[in-house]
Amino acid sequence: MSLAFVLLLSLLIFCTGVAGVLIRRDPIVLFICIEMMFNAANLAFVGIARATGLVEAQAIAFLVIAVAAAEVAVGLAIIIAIFRSQHDADVDHVSSLKG
Amino acid sequence: MNLNTLILCIPLLPLLGALALRLLGAKLGKAAVGATAIATVAIGFILSLAAFRGLSGLDPAARHLTASFFTWAPGLGGGIGLDLLLDPLSAVMILVVTGVGSLIHLYSTAYMNEESAEEYARYFSYLNFFIFSMLILVLSANFLVLFAGWELVGLSSYLLIGFFRTKASAADAGKKAFIVNRVGDLGFLMGLLAILSLFGTLDYAKVLPQAPSVLAGREGLATLIALALFLGAMGKSAQVPLHVWLPDAMEGPTPVSALIHAATMVTAGVFMVARCHALFELSGTAMAVVAWVGAFTAIFAASIGLVQNDIKRVMAYSTLSQLGYMMLGVGVGAYTAGFFHLFTHAFFKALLFLGCGSVMHALHGELDLTRMGGLRAKLPVTFWTFLVGALCLVGFPLTSGFFSKDEILWEALASPHGSAALWAIGALTSLLTAVYVSRLVFKVFFGAPRDKHLFDHAHESGWAMALPLVVLAVLALAAGGLGLPHAMSSHQPFAEWLAPVFSDLHAAEPQGLSQSLPWLLMGLYTLGILLGAGFCWWLFIAAPGLSDRLYSYRPVAALHRVLWNKYWVDEAYQAVLVDGPLAAFRWVWRWFDQGMVDGLVNLAGFSAQAGGATLRLLQTGYLRFYLAMMALGAALWLALVFRLL
Repeated sequence: MSLAFVLLLSLLIFCTGVAGVLIRRDPIVLFICIEMMFNAANLAFVGIARATGLVEAQAIAFLVIAVAAAEVAVGLAIIIAIFRSQHDADVDHVSSLKG
Repeated sequence: MNLNTLILCIPLLPLLGALALRLLGAKLGKAAVGATAIATVAIGFILSLAAFRGLSGLDPAARHLTASFFTWAPGLGGGIGLDLLLDPLSAVMILVVTGVGSLIHLYSTAYMNEESAEEYARYFSYLNFFIFSMLILVLSANFLVLFAGWELVGLSSYLLIGFFRTKASAADAGKKAFIVNRVGDLGFLMGLLAILSLFGTLDYAKVLPQAPSVLAGREGLATLIALALFLGAMGKSAQVPLHVWLPDAMEGPTPVSALIHAATMVTAGVFMVARCHALFELSGTAMAVVAWVGAFTAIFAASIGLVQNDIKRVMAYSTLSQLGYMMLGVGVGAYTAGFFHLFTHAFFKALLFLGCGSVMHALHGELDLTRMGGLRAKLPVTFWTFLVGALCLVGFPLTSGFFSKDEILWEALASPHGSAALWAIGALTSLLTAVYVSRLVFKVFFGAPRDKHLFDHAHESGWAMALPLVVLAVLALAAGGLGLPHAMSSHQPFAEWLAPVFSDLHAAEPQGLSQSLPWLLMGLYTLGILLGAGFCWWLFIAAPGLSDRLYSYRPVAALHRVLWNKYWVDEAYQAVLVDGPLAAFRWVWRWFDQGMVDGLVNLAGFSAQAGGATLRLLQTGYLRFYLAMMALGAALWLALVFRLL
């Protein structure tokens, strides 16, 4: 149960999340992957908290959960607004801010 | 008033006249304007006579009086005074300038009468200003005042040549005169600066006597200075190659041509060489250059004058030719002879020009002699005075021109600086002069009129134009008495008066050559005149079809073409000095200004645009692309932090 394994797992989950964000086109799935990245970070923090006994690490984990929740709320609101105007759930189609 | 203050008044009056007429003239009306203009110059003449008398009362060695307007920059090494000098030379010149000037002012009141009041006033103000400038030039006591007068007469010439300012050709001629003179003035200024640096002063009284000692053994330097000054004289006195402005200057009103481009301004170069003869004598090379340039100009201009149809152009080339004679005279050391020719030429050339003006006035501005003929019946006063002038010009025996021209030719042959070649050129020019003058007189005044309409309407001029003609004719004939050659009289008033100023490099009295040579030469010249005149009579009056038949011969026609086109000098200048540099400048404009300078500026703009366009490629609008870039950036940053890159 060494810290290395926890961090490695965290890294794996994080990379999977990144890959999902870059590859998937459905905005909901995009959000799930972002959540995955959050959770991976949380896992890393908790692992460190357990290994070093630092209380700050646990506090940060709570912060991350709160931020993730807020972010999801805002993000889902944006998705709904886009879906209402375009009737299309494809992230590639919101590209009108091109230069 | 004493003599010194008198000297100051002489140029001041015409200056005040010029200012007054320019500012107030339009409101005064033509009669008042004319009277004022004539008055300032005529009073100047009376004052000049008084100055002459005052000067003659002094002992010959003491005949140089100075007067000063003020001293410029007194703190700089004593400063340079705006000084005037009255000595025998300048006394003669002011008499000529104011005398002939007032006659021409009188003539102009009638000649320019058709102009509006504003133009009339403008004309007389410029003419008065010219008189002022010329007086400053000849009365100068140092090189600075001389240069100031030099430039001012150039300005007056520009203003008067381009007087008919709505005429493009007149404006161009004015510019040409000024610009060509400027080329000469460059040399003049160089000479002046050299003198200033060598002598530390510009006063004639200090420079000219000291010149032999300061420049002893430095003949190269003396040559340079003399040639630099001569360049200025070449511009002002229209010697080849700076002669091109004078024929075009005929665009100005005829009295202007008479005053400026015959009697006074163009003689300034000769005057200057005569004044500075002490400097020129120090360099044999410079003297030779002056003499040869003069001789060449004389014959060159005379040849062109043979075929011109514009009567004023013929006179202009004649002036060029006579100026060449004057330069030849001073170039061989015969300063008195050269200056005497300047003196007589002023009278008869002004007379001839005013005569041309009278003919023009009678024929309502016609200048082309191929449309004239038989005018001696209609314009008797003009004809007889013109004939007097023509006889003087060719040097007919006993006219003033005879004595002055023959003296120059004799000195050209016999003086230490002269040579047979110079004499030959001068004699040949004399023959050509006889031909072109006779051609002019016969074609204008003799034969059948070629344009009936013009002929019928011709009428003699009024007294204001006729009186100056008569006075000048009398002067032209009488002036000869002042300079009879040694062979004819033991008394030469002109030479004696100028003796304190000119130490002529005289020809020795004819001892090496036979005693009768001068008489033989006089006979030769007379024969030449008769031959030339006779040839013209035969060609133009007696056998009218002959000239056409002659012209059908190829060599004659080719020669005629060369002379008619003035040896293409103007075209050569245009190509080399104008078109060539313009093409080069155009190249510079296209490749440097447009290409490089504009190119650089455009490059700045272009690169900003290109950079922006390149960077814009990153703004794809795709969310996933942005996310990928963020991920990439984060990965790079991590690698840098952990020193993997």
